Formats: sequence, C-alpha cells, structure tokens
Amino acid sequence: MSVPIARSTPPHTPYHPRWYRKRVSTYWWLLQWSYFRFVLRELTSLGVAYSCVILLCLIRALSLGPQAYEDLQKRLASPVLVALTVVSLLLVLFHTVTWFSLSARAMVVRMGGKRVPGVLISASNYVAWLVVSGLLAWLLLR
Amino acid sequence: MAENIDLDVARYSPERDESPSLQRYTVPLRKDWVVLDALNYIKDRVDGSVTFRWSCRMGVCGSCGMMVNGEPKLTCATFLSSYAPGPVRVEPLRYFPVVRDLVVEMSDFMTKFRRVKPWLVRKEEKPISEGEYLQTPEQLDNYKQFSMCINCTLCYSACPVYGLDPFFVGPAAIAMAQRYNLDSRDEGADERMDILAQHEGIWGCTFVGECTKACPKNVDPAGSIQQYKLTAAMHWFKTLLIPKTSK
Repeated sequence: MSVPIARSTPPHTPYHPRWYRKRVSTYWWLLQWSYFRFVLRELTSLGVAYSCVILLCLIRALSLGPQAYEDLQKRLASPVLVALTVVSLLLVLFHTVTWFSLSARAMVVRMGGKRVPGVLISASNYVAWLVVSGLLAWLLLR
Repeated sequence: MAENIDLDVARYSPERDESPSLQRYTVPLRKDWVVLDALNYIKDRVDGSVTFRWSCRMGVCGSCGMMVNGEPKLTCATFLSSYAPGPVRVEPLRYFPVVRDLVVEMSDFMTKFRRVKPWLVRKEEKPISEGEYLQTPEQLDNYKQFSMCINCTLCYSACPVYGLDPFFVGPAAIAMAQRYNLDSRDEGADERMDILAQHEGIWGCTFVGECTKACPKNVDPAGSIQQYKLTAAMHWFKTLLIPKTSK
C-alpha cells in the first residue's frame, strides 16, 4: 500500500474544502516600498555595529599608547575606511532619526492625567541628543 | 469621469482550481460607490458565483476586508473613484488560507484571539449588591483606543511577520490583550503575560508598523505591542532583582 505524499493543503473532499495557501516569497521585502524601508531601517544596525567596533578599537589603541593610536588613525585615514565611516555615519543618523520618531509610539507618558503628545516625546529625545553631544564636545574641545 | 471601471477579481474554486486567477468585470463608476458596492453589483447583475463576505456596509462589522490593489482595506470604506481610471485588483486578505474567491479562513486568528483572554478577568467578582465597577474618564482613556478594534484582521494581512511565522500571535490579538490589561477593572494581566511574553507573542514583532497604517479604526496595534514590550521587560527586570517576586 503506497503512503500518500504529505501536502501543505488538505486534499479536497465534499466535506473538507481545500484551502489555497500562498507561500510568502523570499523577496517579500522587495515587493512593497514600506517593507523595503523597514528592512533598510533594520540594516542600519550594521552602521551602528561598525561605529561601535571602531570606537572599541580607538579605546584599545589609546590604552596601548600614543604610537598605537597614531597608527590606527593613519589606517582609518585610508580612502576606503573614510568612505566606510561616512556611510556608517549616514546609517547611524538614519537609525537614530527613525528610532526617535518610533519612540513616541512605544512610550506612553502621562502628565497631569493626560497623555503627553508623541511630538514632545520625540523632541525630548533630540534635546537629550543635543545636550549629550554638547557636553562631549565641551569635554573634548575645551 | 469615465462611466465604467474594470475590476480584476480573484477567483478560486476549491473544486476546480489549483490556484486563484483574476477575472475581469466591468462595473459602472459612480462617485458614491465603494469597492463593496461594485462587488455587489457584479454578484447581483453579472456573475452570481462571485463569493465574498460583507455585512454592515458601514465600517463596523469588519467582515469585508480584502486586498485592494495590494493593500488591505475595508471594501465598504474604500471608494471606487480613488482608483479611477482602474483597473482595480481585488484579492482575498493576504497571509490567510483562501476558502473560495475572496473568502478567507480566519480560525487561526480566532484561536489566537481567545488565547489572550479578551475579556475582563477578575480574581474575585464583587457582589451585585455593591454595584458597577466604576471608572474615571482618565481610566477609560487608558484603553479606549485599543477597544476600537473590530477584528477585521487587516493588520494581519499588513504584517509580514505573520506571513512568515504563522505562530505569531499577531497585532489585533495583542492590541486586544493590552486593551484589557490597561482596563482598571481587569485583574488578568499576569495570566495574559504567559501568552504575550513568549517569542511568538510580543517579541516576534519587529515593529514594521504596517499594521497601524492598515487599521481602519486607528487602534495602533504596533504601538500597543511596543508598549507591552516595555511592560514585559520591566517585569523581567523586577523578577531578576527580586527573584521571589510573585507574578
């Protein structure tokens, strides 16, 4: 007796309609602009990761001494790495802006019994960003 | 404005077809007609075999959700004239099994919906003699937005995560769980956390955000999921700091 081949949809019988199930394409994220934008947003994490690795390398070079730091700076000045840094900066900026705008959706802040508008939550993120950047600039450039 | 518009309607007969195909119908293009009116015109005047669900015709029952030109829409609230000169492609809701033509099988959603206990859970009911459970307008405001869900499942058809992972609880069910979690009369948040805090629950969501865009009632399921992620993370952190904390 032959064993029936497993099917993704149950075979049709008068009492058991056969449902049609469409398989999701591997390229689903290319079929709709909003999906592609989402994948792009997720991919910007690579830029964040690259920036973190460079930062860790800089800290390590600092701990090894002035010569190691200077060597690393020279390596980072190569055209390929400069281009990579510029691209990663753009990716980090895109990542930051999209997440700041999404943060208002994820956080419910109430003041005086009323929900704080999302615009204010996003704006507070930008203010915090500016304050921290300003503080770092003051520490490094004074 | 042109007098007619073409509709490409997905047809699928489980007895006859291996897969759906599009069938073109020409209907009058009237300014006050929605896509559902056009489908009813086809059913009444052109081809009585076209199968679809509908009921209230006023964006309340959530029955007539379909893909219109690739976007999940309530066909009773989608004007035909917005798609002039056409053609307009009408297909069954994406990511659901198709039963026939434009009718999808929704048992998966209904099962998940029940699992999150979308009702008021009380540890102990107070006696009727003590009266109603009163709420302030602020307490109502906490969950009102999420209570607007009409279970039309447009959000499921907008969500690629649900398409790729059928075990994902999904936007509407999570939003409805959050609706009851935020209700001051409810005491079932801990019971729901067992379902929601799983990988297929809130953590399956990657915040694509399309569910919120598709929602015809401005429920913002994506927002509700992210808000619940924060709640679950805080709960986890609390149990880490005080391991013996009861749920």
